[in-house]
Amino acid sequence: MLRAKNTTGLVFFPAFDWAISPTHPEREERLLYTQDQVLEEGLMDIEGIVELKPDIVTVEDIQRTHFCAPDPESVCTESHFISAGGAKTIGKAVMDGVIERGFALVRPPGHHANRVVHGARGFCNINIEAIMIEYLRKHYNVDRVAIVDTDCHHGDGTQDVYWHDPDTLFISIHQDGRTLYPGSGFLKEFGGPNAVGSTINIPLPPETCDEGFLYTIEHAVLPILDDFKPDLIINSAGQDNHYSDPITNMNFSARGYAKLTEMLKADIAVLEGGYSIEGALPYVNAGIIMAMAGIDYSKLQEPDYNPRFLQQPKHLSREIQKACEDAVNLWKKRDEFKKTVRSKPNCETRNRQIYYDTDNISESQLEVVRICDDCAGALRIDSTADHSRRILCVHIPRKACPACVKQGLEWYDAADPHTYDHIFLQDRPNDEYRVK
Amino acid sequence: MIIGLDVGGTHTDAVLIGKEGLIHSVKVPTDPDQLLSTIIKALERLTENQAIAEIERLVLSTTLATNLVVQKKLPPVAVLVSAGPGIDPEYFRIGAHYHVVQGVLDHSGREITSIDKNQIVDIGRQLKDQGISCAAIVSKFSVRNPAHEMQIAELLSPYVKHIFMGHVLSGTLNFPRRITTTYLNAAVYPIHCTFFDAVQLSLEKQGLSLPIRVLKPDGGSMNFSSSLDYPAQTILSGPSASVMGAINSAPKDKTCLVLDIGGTTTDMALILNGVPVIATEGIEIGSYKTLIRALMTRSIGIGGDSVVRIQNGKLTIGPDRIGVAMAYGGPVSTPTDALCVLGLTEDGDVQLAKNGLSLLAAEMNVSIEEISESIIDLACHEILGAAGKMVNFLNSRPVYTVHEMFENLQIKPDHILVLGGPASQFAERLAPHFTGKVETVPHWNVANAIGCALSRVTCEVTVYADTSQKIITAQGEKFEQKITEDITLEDVRQIAFDLVRAKALRRGAIPEYLEMEIIEESQFNMIRGFHTQGKNIRVRAQVKPGLLPNSIRKEAIV
Ligand SMILES: [Zn+2]
Ligand SMILES: [Zn+2]
Repeated sequence: MLRAKNTTGLVFFPAFDWAISPTHPEREERLLYTQDQVLEEGLMDIEGIVELKPDIVTVEDIQRTHFCAPDPESVCTESHFISAGGAKTIGKAVMDGVIERGFALVRPPGHHANRVVHGARGFCNINIEAIMIEYLRKHYNVDRVAIVDTDCHHGDGTQDVYWHDPDTLFISIHQDGRTLYPGSGFLKEFGGPNAVGSTINIPLPPETCDEGFLYTIEHAVLPILDDFKPDLIINSAGQDNHYSDPITNMNFSARGYAKLTEMLKADIAVLEGGYSIEGALPYVNAGIIMAMAGIDYSKLQEPDYNPRFLQQPKHLSREIQKACEDAVNLWKKRDEFKKTVRSKPNCETRNRQIYYDTDNISESQLEVVRICDDCAGALRIDSTADHSRRILCVHIPRKACPACVKQGLEWYDAADPHTYDHIFLQDRPNDEYRVK
Repeated sequence: MIIGLDVGGTHTDAVLIGKEGLIHSVKVPTDPDQLLSTIIKALERLTENQAIAEIERLVLSTTLATNLVVQKKLPPVAVLVSAGPGIDPEYFRIGAHYHVVQGVLDHSGREITSIDKNQIVDIGRQLKDQGISCAAIVSKFSVRNPAHEMQIAELLSPYVKHIFMGHVLSGTLNFPRRITTTYLNAAVYPIHCTFFDAVQLSLEKQGLSLPIRVLKPDGGSMNFSSSLDYPAQTILSGPSASVMGAINSAPKDKTCLVLDIGGTTTDMALILNGVPVIATEGIEIGSYKTLIRALMTRSIGIGGDSVVRIQNGKLTIGPDRIGVAMAYGGPVSTPTDALCVLGLTEDGDVQLAKNGLSLLAAEMNVSIEEISESIIDLACHEILGAAGKMVNFLNSRPVYTVHEMFENLQIKPDHILVLGGPASQFAERLAPHFTGKVETVPHWNVANAIGCALSRVTCEVTVYADTSQKIITAQGEKFEQKITEDITLEDVRQIAFDLVRAKALRRGAIPEYLEMEIIEESQFNMIRGFHTQGKNIRVRAQVKPGLLPNSIRKEAIV
C-alpha cells in the first residue's frame, strides 16, 4: 500500500468562482483539470497526505507585510484573503507539527506583489508567501527564512518585500528578464545596503530543459541554502517553466518539477503562476504533491511527453553553468560587495518607477533606508500612483535597533498630512499598524 | 404490509408494518455463520398467525457482504486495469489475478494510447484456464470516457461469465477507489446470488413469494434484480437502517444527532432539516477504500455491554465487549449494570450487578451508587465527545469557491434522537450534558428495522457535458448524445433529472415518492488562447434518501 514518507498537508483552493476577467489566464477554470487529476490519482486517500481547509487572513495579517493604498479591502478581493489564508494554514500546520511539509495549491498568486500595493501587478495583489512568513515570525518566533522562487517569471514582488532584510534569503530562478515579464531579476540585483547577497537572481536562457533546472538547484541553490542555514524553506512553486506553457519559453517537464521538489526539500510550497491548465498543471501539481510526500513519481509524465524534444543544447548548458557560478560567487563575496555598494554613510535612496500591468497603474517611489549594521534599517517610502494619490509609508523592521526605531518614529511624526493622502507606520517590534 | 428485516451483529430485528403502523416485531440472536437460518427464523416468527397474503415486499439489510469482506472470504476474481502515466498502478494491486494492460486516456477522456486486443485475449484465455469466472475492468478516467472499459469487456466476454466495469458503479473520479469498488462487486457477486436465491426459495416454502429489496449504506434501497448489478452496495447498510428509523422523528427545522446505542458500540449520524447527511467519500471497510456512497456515520466502542475497568486510577469503558452485563449473568461489569443499580432497567439481577460494581467502587473508594453514576456520566460524555468530533470534521471540510468560504456554514446539533436497546435510559442521562432536546425514537428497540422497511429507492447520476467536444455523457447510464454549443446548465439539469428518475424506476422506485435534487453542479468556460472554445458543465443528481410516507403516518407508529 502507498504511504507518504513525509506527512504532507495540502490546501486546495481553486476559487472556482473567481477570475480577473472572463478570458484572463487567471480564471475559474485554471485548477479544474488539476483537481480532476489529483482526485483521479487518489492522492488525497494516501496515508500521510491530508487536506486542510484554508483560513481567511485578517487585515492585520496583510498590514504586517504590506502598505495598501488606501487599505487592504480596496486592493484585494475576497479570493486574495483566502489564497493568502491557504498559505498561512499550511505554515501554521507545519509549525504546529501537524504536518512535516505542505503545499498551498491556491489561487490567485502573489509573487509580483510589492511591499506597497496600489493594485494588481502580474496577476498579483498581495504577496501570499510574505504574509505567511511574517505571520509565522510573529506567532512562532521563526527567524531565518529562505524563499526559492521557481516560477518562470522573476519574483520581483517578493524581492521588493525582502530587499532590505538580511534574515530572508530570496533566490529566484527564472527566464532571463530580457526575454520575459517583468524584465527584471538580473545578477546585479542582490539586495539593499543592509542585506547585500540576501537576494540572489539566477536568470536562465529560454529553452532551458530539466537538465539545466536541476543543475541550477544542485550547483547554486542548494550550496547557498546550506550556507545560509534557514529555519524554514519556502518554495514559490510557479509552474510556467513547463514546455507547454503558453506565455513563456522554457522546456521543463512534470517529472523535472517533481525531481526539483525532491531535491529542494522545502517545508512549504505555494503555487504561483502556470497557465498551461490542461497540458501541464494537472501533471506538475500531481508531481509536486508526490515528491513532497516522498511517493514514487517515476511513472508520472504528460501524455505528450517526448524526451527527444527536451534535449538541452550544449551552448545553453554552458550559459547555465556560468549563471550558477556567478550566483555562488556573489553569495561568497557578499561582504566585500557590501562595502562597495554603501556610497553614503547614513541613508541610501532609490528612485523607482513601478508599472501595474494588470490594473494599468503607474507608481513612482522614493525609497530611503537607514544604513545600519544592527538591523534591517528603518525604511521610508514616498509613493505616488498615477500622479495623483500620494502616500508615505514608514517601516520599522522586526528586529529594529533603537536608532532605527527612533528614525522611523521621527519620519512618521514629521510627515505632513497636507502633503499626503495617507501616512502609514508599520511598527513591527510592537506589531502595530498606524495610519494618519 | 411490508416486512423490514435488519441483520445486526448481535441481534436480528424484523418488523411487520401495515397501513395502521407497526403490527408486529421480533428480535432473534444473529448467528453470523448461519445468516440464512437467522433470517428464516426471524421471518417465521414474525409472520406467524399474520395475513401473509397481504404482505407486499421484504426489505432486507444484511451483513452478508460485510462479513465476506471483513473475514477475507472473497473468492478469486480477475482485475484488469489500464492506467497510463501517474502513480504506478502496481501499487493498487488487488486479488491474485491483477493485470495491468495497455491503454491511456487523459483527464478529459481523450484517447492517448489504444487498447491492445491481443493482450486482452491472452489474459482471457489464461483466466479461462484458471477457472476464474468473474472479472473487474477499470481504466483511469473511464468516467470521462468508458470506451476502453467497454472494449476490454467485449474482448474478455467469451472467456468469463460476469464482468463488472468501473464506470457503471460510480461517476466519481478516483481511480484507486474505482479499482477497489469494481473488485468488491465482482468478488461479492457469486455469493450474493446464491444467498438471495436461497432466501427466495425458503420464503416460497413458507408460502411467501415476495419481491425482495435490499438496503444500501446511503439509506436507500434497491430491488433484487438491481442488486445483481451492484452487489457490493449492500455492504455496511446497518448504520443507515438506524438513521432511517430515526428520520420520521427528526424535526424539519433542527440539526439532529442520531445515536444508536447497541451492546458493543454506539453508531452516530446527523439529520439536517429532515435529510440525512451523506459522506463525501465512499465507505471504507477493512483495508478497502471504495466509491460506495453512504450516510456519514461514526462508531464508538461504547455500548450497554462494554467492559468497565479502572486503569491507572481512572474509570474506562470499552471499546471491547466480552458478554452480557453481570445483571444478566455475564462475566464483567458494564454500563447496563450501572443502570440496573440505579433502578433504571426493567429486569436484571441487581445483586449480581452490585457484586461486580462493588469491587470497582472499593478500588475507587466510593459507593456503588456513586460509581454507577460515574459510569453512566462517563459513557454519555464520551459518546457526545465522539459526536462533537464528527461535527467538527463536517465543519472543517474544504470548500472550493469564494462564496462557500465566506458563507461558512457551520453545523451544530440542537436535537438528539436515541434508539437501540438502552435508548430510554440513556436519553434521560444524556439530557443534562446537552443544551437541546433529547428524545427517544418511537419503538426505539426495532426502529432500525422500521427504517429498513420504509426506505425509499435511491440512486444518483453524474452528467458531464463538454461543448468543445460537442458531447454529453452520463457514465453508467449508457447515455451519450451529441449536443450543440448553446446547451445550458438548465438543460443539463433536466437531463440529469430525467436520467435519475428512469434509473430509480428501474431499481423499483414508486413514482409518486421520487424526491430528486441536484447535489453538485458547476459550469466552466473553456478558454483556449484568448477565445472561448466551449463550456464544461458537470451536474450530479440524486433521489434523496427518505421514507415512503404511504404506509404509516408518524402518529400511527407512536
Ligand atoms: Zn509566472
Ligand atoms: Zn538599525
